[in-house]
Amino acid sequence: MPLPWLIVFLPWLGAAILAFIPREREAAAANVALSAASFALSLALLAYPEGVQGWTRVDALNTPLVILGFLIGLTTAVFSFGAIAAERFDPLRLRAYHVAFQVFMGAQALALLADNMGVMWVAIEIATMASVTIVAVHGTPAALEAAWKLFLLCGVGIALALFGTIILYLAAQPFVGHGDSGLSWAVLKGLAARCDPGLLNLAFIFLLVGYGTKAGLVPMHSWLPDAEAEGPVAITAVLSGLLLNAALHAVLRAKAIVAGNGNTISPGGFLLAFGFASLLLAAISLWRRRDARRFFAWSSIEHMGLATIAFGLGGAAANLAGLLHMIGHSLCKSAVFFGVGHAARLKGSQQIAAIGGLTVTHPALGWGLAAAIAAIAGLPPFVLFASEFLLVTEMAAQLPWLLVPLGLGLLTAAAAKVEVLQRLCLGDPTPDAGPPRRGLTTLVPLWSHLALALLLGLALPGALRAMLEAAARIPG
Amino acid sequence: MTFGQLPYDVAHVLGGIMLLISFTLLYQRRVAAVINALAMQGAVLAAAAAWQGFVQGAPQLYLTALIALVAKGVLIPLALRILVRRFNLDRTVEVALGIGVSMIAGVALVALAILVVLPTTGSAKALTREDLALALSVVLLGMLMMITRRNAILQVAGLMSAENGLILAAVGVTGMPLVVELSTAALVMVVLVVGAIFVLMMRGQFESTDTELFEQHRGEAD
Repeated sequence: MPLPWLIVFLPWLGAAILAFIPREREAAAANVALSAASFALSLALLAYPEGVQGWTRVDALNTPLVILGFLIGLTTAVFSFGAIAAERFDPLRLRAYHVAFQVFMGAQALALLADNMGVMWVAIEIATMASVTIVAVHGTPAALEAAWKLFLLCGVGIALALFGTIILYLAAQPFVGHGDSGLSWAVLKGLAARCDPGLLNLAFIFLLVGYGTKAGLVPMHSWLPDAEAEGPVAITAVLSGLLLNAALHAVLRAKAIVAGNGNTISPGGFLLAFGFASLLLAAISLWRRRDARRFFAWSSIEHMGLATIAFGLGGAAANLAGLLHMIGHSLCKSAVFFGVGHAARLKGSQQIAAIGGLTVTHPALGWGLAAAIAAIAGLPPFVLFASEFLLVTEMAAQLPWLLVPLGLGLLTAAAAKVEVLQRLCLGDPTPDAGPPRRGLTTLVPLWSHLALALLLGLALPGALRAMLEAAARIPG
Repeated sequence: MTFGQLPYDVAHVLGGIMLLISFTLLYQRRVAAVINALAMQGAVLAAAAAWQGFVQGAPQLYLTALIALVAKGVLIPLALRILVRRFNLDRTVEVALGIGVSMIAGVALVALAILVVLPTTGSAKALTREDLALALSVVLLGMLMMITRRNAILQVAGLMSAENGLILAAVGVTGMPLVVELSTAALVMVVLVVGAIFVLMMRGQFESTDTELFEQHRGEAD
């Protein structure tokens, strides 16, 4: 079996095994081992030749995202190992949780590695179903409502994306024969210049709105805060870190096809509009949140908006900023969710008002969370500062008049985050609700993500930079 | 192939019937009637897929037709009916938007679908274009139903109807690869959710399928 399929099927095989482990510690440990094996396997992609192979492709755009996905999968599994006792799953829910987690991991990898747009759609649909299962796993009314909202909105989203995929094929139909190649991204990109621009426009709009729903872009975002606030804590990290990336990656692939035809509408304008709507609405909404997990879910909407703005701007430098932003957001946001999840367990509530003074009572956790929040606020020296700086300079060069809303959005959002940083980590400590926990399974993932975000922010390794620069040329 | 030729006419009629059923879905006042209409739409979809399989000489579309007939025409409606009977859910349909208003909105959506699809698809064959306009209308009406109904079962029915429209679009495009795989994947989603509602009702975690009850459980006002 070729490597891309091995990477997809290893988690799915593991899911089948995890379905038969009813005991909590064993299942959580097996989940960690499986995630570690998947991560190791995904590293082999670096040595794998680029190109299309059947339904899959390996290139500079998806390789870093796949490896990042499995890295976050591994750290999330470690966090989940420590957090799972607090979730108080019964045996059935425990198995459903682990199975859905690994099914999700395989599906997001397939969504990134797929060359065939139909396979990509199926993968995103499987990932959606898995995430609905995980969000609903507690079965409380709030969890069911969040899962229902996720299901309905994302169901509509992926329905629109499928319609877009069909029209994409219709555009290429006169030039491709029968067979699967009609939905191959590489073939479609090559043919785009000869396709009917009207059909490509129509396909792009449907794909953008469809996959944009999954990427949490405003105004299709309203499932995201609920889903990220109600599911098990560990899952929030992969939902915001991986699912959104896979969906945005699908939008990029669609953009790359449409950009190959000179007579279509410019896809960049649409991406800019969705991006600015997400950034500005999130920047305002951040000020009104009282629930810590909802607060950071809204910050995911903001960051997806920023990445979308970068891709809307287009060109190698702006695309590089967008990719770096996606990677940095995944790393920093999952670090934040590890910290917030642990703090919420200590304090017995995830309301911002219930958590305070963490640096005094729990220095390792408190300072780690403070650094992670500073990182997602875009403060130096972390990677999101680098990507936002790159975005702002590109914006100044290409569309200087848009610097005003961009700057307003960035500053409003960053100020809201600094305020929450002060309330959660500094100030007067609030009393702990439960017994003290050592929390190594939180601290190791949290600090290792921070170390990576710092490394990427200060000195992007040469090989990674070369890969991202090659990737930045793909969406056009 | 244009108006007046058999392959074109039959495909058109079947697509038109599906659109008509989408409108009947919008004005039903009882859950059981909605389920009946849905089963009928599934059966017509199966006929449309089989007809396209015959016209295009594409045998895999017969498989799509068979899956649609068995799952959407028989099994899922049956499961929904058992659900309704067992838990006594067949009350009047609760609507968030009046029936008259939703019918007008439905007509507007069909007009929108035609205005969007026909001018932009000038290069495609007439049969494909008009099939696509019908299919998009069915998709949009399904989504309208999801928005205007408060009952979880009716929202799933809306999604299923939207999905019927998608499959009508997919079978109408000659040579579309992976139709069987895509339609099966879309079906699995509906099956899983119907199954989940069933399990939740059995375990008593869903006292009612009225989604308005959810509203009070939100974490905070947005």
